[in-house]
Amino acid sequence: MAEVHGIGHSRKRVEDARFIRGQGNYIDDFKLPGMLHLDIVRSPYAHAKIKSIKTEKALATPGVLAVIDGKTLQKYNVHNMPTLMSDTQNVLPIDTVKYQYQEVAAVLATDRYTAADGVAAVEVDYDPLPVVVDPFKALEPGATKVRDDKESNLIWHWEWGDKDKTNQDFDKAEVTVKENIYIPRIHVASIETCGCIAKWDATNAHLTLWMTSQAPHVIRTVVALITGHLGLSEERIRIISPDIGGGFGGKVPAYPGYVIAVAASIVTGAPVKWIENRTENLAADSFGRDYHITAELAGKKDGTLTSLRFKTIADHGYTDAAAQPSKFPAGMFHICTGSYDFKNAFVEVDGVYTNKPPGGIAYRCSFRVTEAVHAVERMADLYAREVGMDPAEFRMKNFIKPEQFPYKSALGWEYDSGNYPAALRKAMDMIGYEGLRKEQAEKRARGEFMGIGISSFTEIVGAGPSKDFDILGLKMFDSCEIRVHPTGKAIARFGTKSQGQGHETTYAQIIAEELGIPSEHIKVEEGDTDTAPYGVGTYASRSTPVAGAAAAIASRKIREKAKKIAAHLLEANEDDLVWETGRFYVKGSPDQSKTIQEIAFAAYTNHPQGMEAGLEAVDYYDPPNLTFPFGSYICVVDIDRGTGEVKIRRFVAVDDCGVRINPMIVEGQIHGGLTMGFAPAMMEEITYDENGNIHGANFMDYLLPTAVETPKWELGETVTPSPHHPIGAKGVGESATVGAPAAIANAVVDALWHLGVRNVDIPITARKVWEVLHKHGATLEE
Amino acid sequence: MSTHHIKVTINGKAHEAEVESRLLLVHLLRENLNMTGTHIGCDTTSCGACTVLFNGKPVKSCTVFAVQADGAEVRTVEGLAQDGKLHPIQEGFHEKHGLQCGFCTPGMMMTTFALLEQYPHPTEDEIRHGISGNLCRCTGYMNIVKAVQYAADKMAES
Repeated sequence: MAEVHGIGHSRKRVEDARFIRGQGNYIDDFKLPGMLHLDIVRSPYAHAKIKSIKTEKALATPGVLAVIDGKTLQKYNVHNMPTLMSDTQNVLPIDTVKYQYQEVAAVLATDRYTAADGVAAVEVDYDPLPVVVDPFKALEPGATKVRDDKESNLIWHWEWGDKDKTNQDFDKAEVTVKENIYIPRIHVASIETCGCIAKWDATNAHLTLWMTSQAPHVIRTVVALITGHLGLSEERIRIISPDIGGGFGGKVPAYPGYVIAVAASIVTGAPVKWIENRTENLAADSFGRDYHITAELAGKKDGTLTSLRFKTIADHGYTDAAAQPSKFPAGMFHICTGSYDFKNAFVEVDGVYTNKPPGGIAYRCSFRVTEAVHAVERMADLYAREVGMDPAEFRMKNFIKPEQFPYKSALGWEYDSGNYPAALRKAMDMIGYEGLRKEQAEKRARGEFMGIGISSFTEIVGAGPSKDFDILGLKMFDSCEIRVHPTGKAIARFGTKSQGQGHETTYAQIIAEELGIPSEHIKVEEGDTDTAPYGVGTYASRSTPVAGAAAAIASRKIREKAKKIAAHLLEANEDDLVWETGRFYVKGSPDQSKTIQEIAFAAYTNHPQGMEAGLEAVDYYDPPNLTFPFGSYICVVDIDRGTGEVKIRRFVAVDDCGVRINPMIVEGQIHGGLTMGFAPAMMEEITYDENGNIHGANFMDYLLPTAVETPKWELGETVTPSPHHPIGAKGVGESATVGAPAAIANAVVDALWHLGVRNVDIPITARKVWEVLHKHGATLEE
Repeated sequence: MSTHHIKVTINGKAHEAEVESRLLLVHLLRENLNMTGTHIGCDTTSCGACTVLFNGKPVKSCTVFAVQADGAEVRTVEGLAQDGKLHPIQEGFHEKHGLQCGFCTPGMMMTTFALLEQYPHPTEDEIRHGISGNLCRCTGYMNIVKAVQYAADKMAES
């Protein structure tokens, strides 16, 4: 009998078999007979009127079949589409472009080279318009208006918390600290770009869309809703997400290219493939972050925090195409009270239009949690300094105490469980915190700059309970369907979609643990809307908290039925049966037992009269609460006073994600998450010049860390199970991305504090640090 | 567009093709020969997803023309396993969890192949510098380093 290999086992990954042989099935690997290629003409201007689009030369190119523009799509009323935030996004514009690299027209050709030739031959005449790039300027009276269909550049104002009490606290506080913190615009830059193949079958009026989507079911429903007037209804739409080469939130939204490909397939009757190149991916797909935060903390001289007040300008580009739960325009930014016991808090965010690409998606993060965590962790250090306390001691003093859980935060969240002092103490022990402080003092006396930074983050993931969380009205449950076959093997299907997280491996382990069927006998499938149960997809670390819970509950439903069958087979009373992994036995007679495999066989060959045959279950899991993973990270940096270069000497990460299903995969997620936290902290940023020209539209300008820059991570763990999750798991894919940047920024500021430096915004490049050193007369030669 | 008749050996097998001057090697492999294990990640020779061995040297096949491969020996991820048996590099990536989404993996493994020819017993620094032309967005490289070390040890045994 094979081992069960359930929860806690570092099971090697099932999906590796195809990937290491070069047999993955990524979107660009598919080729259909008669398939056409679509390529896109994009705007060189950030804001311009389209005077004319001349297609004659393009259409004269052998192999070019059609050129589609906004007016073509307007005939079918599909030139615009709703964003996930119920704003409007152009599929193709009618007469105005609003950011550089916006889609202007699409060329359809027999192969991708010819399609590119066609793009080069389309002649577009533009009349440039004034550009607004800076969101603060966009809010000034008389600013250039980005959107003709809106009153102003202010998209929305959102606020949360008790404004009056918080303001009163600040008015009478013994200590207040304030800082402007910018979290720059970045891009997930998954190594695979986005793409699709649309195949319209006119005979059966059926659309199959293979696409790089983290949320295939939601896409199906959205396509049905926006094309209903054309006669396309949901049972005739099949979305298939094949293997995905990294998602990180960037493959949640629907992009214009997908819609154009669908329209092109309907118009031509041929399958149409659209694959982005890297520049299109970086310059036009949804960005992350871009939050300008004015953060304030108030409290007492003894270091006790009482109140928090954050005001934020959120640059959304030309349309609000963020991917947040619908009721939360700023996502879960109100987790910004973090790991600390604040009495009162108030947070407000203004969403602003600018002539930049749309987005605001969660770059490996649960809806603005990284922005919140970064700000509060930076501010914690500032406050500690202000009252002359060590940042570790300060955190220990202000943490929500283990006995306070479940804890209701000042901004209304109910934290499920936590032990923050334990995680920080462990990180301090691992890195030798007290010794490092001594070393730092000695080095500073010698004129060497070394810094130690802490980030004790609390995340909020697993969206979410249906009473609060929906996307375009679709409640944020998720699902698992399990069928146990007569021979005791099983297939399980889910509403989520892995992009590298290893679901085929870990979901099977949950079911194996619950049913005693070896995980190697459980096949896991996702991504095909014709076969998988409905779910809202994989992002925001929601797969384990929601679909993982559904796997456990569906397994338990199967176990309930299995118990009845076992009672029938053993001629025993159900109440006398005891479950141990993989079998039921009669209480007091452990030899009298039936294995799950025997029971499965009986479910099809010898089931009790009056009972349905078969052994299967489905669960749509509506989580009672979110989960709150946490951890403490400590980073040690050395700064080269000659060049401004920051060297991360050590980085210790203690994570608590509750119960770990597969420790090997959890650690892999943390390694990757830390690297995607390090990247924006030190390297990644997309900026624009005053004309809206992008800086960072390829991998020579947008810098991703290689193995050389990436620090060697040191991991530790504590385990505080989630009390409301069926297996106590919390989710871990994003914790490290959320928590890491503040540890790095805090370390750098710690190294420079004695010069009078209070803040260095990320990314902390050598140039930026050199400028700071230079300003304070502290470069080596000075 | 002029075309050229080329002969190229891929994974030990001779191929002939009529190609446009501008056809990239990666498209010859993927589009003309249906060998889709080699991926495209960036178009600017930055990410390394398209790395193949070209007469034994790792090259980024998104910036090599197919005509340049006339008469060359090319090895791709499809040529790593022999007679159904995984190459130690493939084993290493699996055993040490050196991949997540798998998209960079073929290119990363081909670079590793060349790296281990140059440094059969590489230090961690040699590995990190050796794979620095290949970007991975998922793993943080820690387990890729371990995978390369695993492969080096395994190859030294045999």
